[in-house]
Amino acid sequence: METAVATTGTEGQKWGGGDAKPLNASYGKMMMWFFILSDALTFSGFLAAYGFSRFKFIEEWPIADEVFNHFPFLHGVDAPMFYVALMTFILIGSSVTMVLAVDAGHHMDKKKVSLYMLLTIIGGFIFVGSQAWEWANFINGEYGAVQTNGGKILQFVKVDDHKKRVGLDEFVTVGPRDAEFLGNSEGIWYESSGYQGTYTIEEVKNAFKANPDITIRTQQLIENPETGASEKLVLSREEALIKLEKDGKAVVEGANLTVNEYGAPLFADFFFFITGFHGFHVFSGVMINLVIFFNVLLGTYERRKSYEMVEKVGLYWHFVDLVWVFVFTFFYLV
Amino acid sequence: MAEHAHKLEIFRGLVKFKSNTQKIWGVLIFLSIVTIIEVALGYIKPDILNGKFLALKWLNWIFIILTLVKAYYITWDFMHMRDEVSGLRRAVVWTGVFLIIYLIAILLVEGDYIYEVYKNAAVSFDF
Repeated sequence: METAVATTGTEGQKWGGGDAKPLNASYGKMMMWFFILSDALTFSGFLAAYGFSRFKFIEEWPIADEVFNHFPFLHGVDAPMFYVALMTFILIGSSVTMVLAVDAGHHMDKKKVSLYMLLTIIGGFIFVGSQAWEWANFINGEYGAVQTNGGKILQFVKVDDHKKRVGLDEFVTVGPRDAEFLGNSEGIWYESSGYQGTYTIEEVKNAFKANPDITIRTQQLIENPETGASEKLVLSREEALIKLEKDGKAVVEGANLTVNEYGAPLFADFFFFITGFHGFHVFSGVMINLVIFFNVLLGTYERRKSYEMVEKVGLYWHFVDLVWVFVFTFFYLV
Repeated sequence: MAEHAHKLEIFRGLVKFKSNTQKIWGVLIFLSIVTIIEVALGYIKPDILNGKFLALKWLNWIFIILTLVKAYYITWDFMHMRDEVSGLRRAVVWTGVFLIIYLIAILLVEGDYIYEVYKNAAVSFDF
């Protein structure tokens, strides 16, 4: 019956935890569980901080459907949530191949373990790539907006259809520039010469005055009295003219850590930080999976007569999926 | 093989699978259905669910509950928590759940308090 005992390659090592198996779990597996517990607390710290900021700015938080509404090859089509749903399915799918690999490991089936590990790794890479695409869209932005003196965001919509957003490129004309733009190609990458964006605030203000069919949508969330749904407050044309003239400070295109055309800069900060930290977990998970995959191919676990390492890395991989389930809910759904 | 015995029942014994592989596919189908429901609700946003309960819309409560359901099945069946002894299960799950609920409760209450302060402040923050 010697062969039935799981070996982990740590026998006789001081750091191996000895022969004792508290709670019927091997040393490595138990430590993986407690690592996951502490990592779960880290993520909940981030998500709870996100919830804190959101409750603090409950009346002006961006609506996720309007921020993440892109889908590959569907340009200009409003497709909220579909892309992130696809990403969720990719990650759940790679979780399934992982658990199938673990199951094949229990049957000491090297061929199946390597196949399923490979599929898991591919799924992981697709997910990380999808996240990069999502980031690129978010950073580049779509419509552009104006930032006020108080750091709030003003977006442009049609007067007759408040749901129809207007991009800066649709109504602002770029005026003459009296300064030469110096940038990367001049060897200056850390500073720039005066203006950075495509438009100046004066150009936007003048173009807004010249276009009577456009008005301003603020960051303020109001409740639609008929449906009870949350919507952004739209100013009348007169109010909008005064607001832009008095408070308009800078043009914002896209999102970064300091400004964010979709609304509160904090939203962008949390988005970058939490999905970035999760993406980093996925990436390191893929790397660890690769190491284990090569070990499977080399027959390391065949010789050890136990595929428990696959199980341990599987725990980590499922945890990454588990975190995504929560990120998905709190960033995209709620 | 005895040490790899899996519990093959989900939904409190309502559904019993023949093998572990079959259970994996069954759980995948269940998780997919839950995700599709979430996405459909998020896309349609039925007006009927805009009412509020404890400062949150019904719709958001549904999302959070469905998320917890998904988390349960990922942990219990994909991570095989169902097959671990109860001591390990409790050591990991209860610790996490207790600390997370505590943290969330404190931070959300505090965030709401700051919102009230901003809202009722003498100085307008909207300029």
